[in-house]
Amino acid sequence: MDEFLRREIIMDHYQNPRHKKECNDESYQKANTNNASCIDNLDIYVKTKDNVIEDICFNGEACAISTSSCSIMISNLIGRTIEEAKEFIDNFENMVNEKNYKEEILNEALAFNEVYKQNNRKNCALLPYQGIKKILEQQK
Amino acid sequence: MNREDFPMLNQDIIYFDNGATTLKPKTMIDAITDYYSNYGANAHRGDYDISFKVDQAYENTREKVRKFINAKEKEEIVFTSGDTESLNLLVRGFFENIIESEDEILITQSEHASNVLPWFRLAQKFGCSVNYIPLDDNHYVTMENVKKSITPKTKVIALAEITNVIGDIRPIKEICEFAHKNNIFVVVDAAQSIAHKKTDVQDLDVDFLTFSAHKMCGPTGVGVLYGKRELMENVEPLNMGGGMNESFDSIQEVVLKELPTRLEAGTPNIAGVIGFGASIDYLSKIGMENIQTYEVKLRKYLIDKLLMIPHIDLINIESDSGIVAFNVEGIFSQDVAYYLNKYNICVRAGNHCAKILKKETGVTNTIRVSLYFYNTEEEIDAFVELLKEKDKILKEML
Repeated sequence: MDEFLRREIIMDHYQNPRHKKECNDESYQKANTNNASCIDNLDIYVKTKDNVIEDICFNGEACAISTSSCSIMISNLIGRTIEEAKEFIDNFENMVNEKNYKEEILNEALAFNEVYKQNNRKNCALLPYQGIKKILEQQK
Repeated sequence: MNREDFPMLNQDIIYFDNGATTLKPKTMIDAITDYYSNYGANAHRGDYDISFKVDQAYENTREKVRKFINAKEKEEIVFTSGDTESLNLLVRGFFENIIESEDEILITQSEHASNVLPWFRLAQKFGCSVNYIPLDDNHYVTMENVKKSITPKTKVIALAEITNVIGDIRPIKEICEFAHKNNIFVVVDAAQSIAHKKTDVQDLDVDFLTFSAHKMCGPTGVGVLYGKRELMENVEPLNMGGGMNESFDSIQEVVLKELPTRLEAGTPNIAGVIGFGASIDYLSKIGMENIQTYEVKLRKYLIDKLLMIPHIDLINIESDSGIVAFNVEGIFSQDVAYYLNKYNICVRAGNHCAKILKKETGVTNTIRVSLYFYNTEEEIDAFVELLKEKDKILKEML
């Protein structure tokens, strides 16, 4: 992905984050995810039914990388089965951690394919994934 | 001023994070190297020449600290690992022994975590309560609000002389005068003030004062707990061990040493304390009044420039120290900090460990610039220039 497009995608999801709203619906499971080394702090809400993720939303304060990463993650996970979601998450984490990954399934999340070059921002990109994993791991 | 004394400034950086820690002058670094290279023995074991020299150097720093804060006696100065340990030692070693469940502790919502959490734990353990002196519209502590907050149950007022986000100087002397008339202890967290203005504990009449060496051109891992002699006599050591006992035997009869050694169990941070002595010499030579005057002038220069930029929201236009907290409208503070980092400018983004301050200011996170005497108007010019165009920040912050 070229630098211009990468920047466009991240800034778009930062300035117009999708699925960012308050959530008081008790049918959603909630997980907080925050960065010990910085100030990103997000709440993620997930609603699942019959092994399928019906809806996800998030709220909180975080930097451009965390916010856009969360928005993109959610946009990609709604409607997927738990297994598909886990595959997406594994691939994203592998990409950020410079391991082998399947490019074709990550869609817009590929915008973070060079975040590994900035060590202090890797955690920002991974933060929402840590949050949603807390919820999905309870779904076994 | 004095930029040439700081090896870190040989790099191409603009260092605006002095509230977190200050840079170190070469004389301080040399003092530590000298100790490790030339007389690196233990203290309090003076049976041979170099050990005697260590003892002297260690105790000389105590005398330097005494003089620096104008304490009456050097026994009132106890070395700790830092401001946090000083406050914890005080709360656990002193206040735990005198607090009662109906007592009230007064702090403010702009305190740093180190002057909040030890009191929270005390309250949870003993059932006493922690209340807050309200801040005025500028987030300042006024005498009027102090007087209003005190009740017959108030046991202690604990507050920073200068806060780490707002940077206001609290009227400590007046607070002490009023508090003492009402039999209330006053604890002053001087972490942010000690290196930026003159401190005179006798003039202020504080009961206890705490600070860290690393925020005053000294090494990390050294701090001070000062307390009036008669009160310090009642501070119980949290650590038992070598160096602090006079004698003990197998039937568990233990006799402790006098102040201040009684509160400094184990081999202390000798190198740090010796380096700390050099940093006090260094600051004294420049003069605390000179440092404060320069800093206030430099801050005004920065504020005047930031006020000209419409997309900058200043949190503390008024302040008496070198601390400026602000946000760039619509951009998360950490993203601005990352952007500035690309130009080798070091600022801090976040809540600066003052996590309950947001209740007062309505703002959770800010960018904080904290100035010191080695910062310059040229550095401020370069910094302000980078903030002028919001589009540039948005374009380059990723």
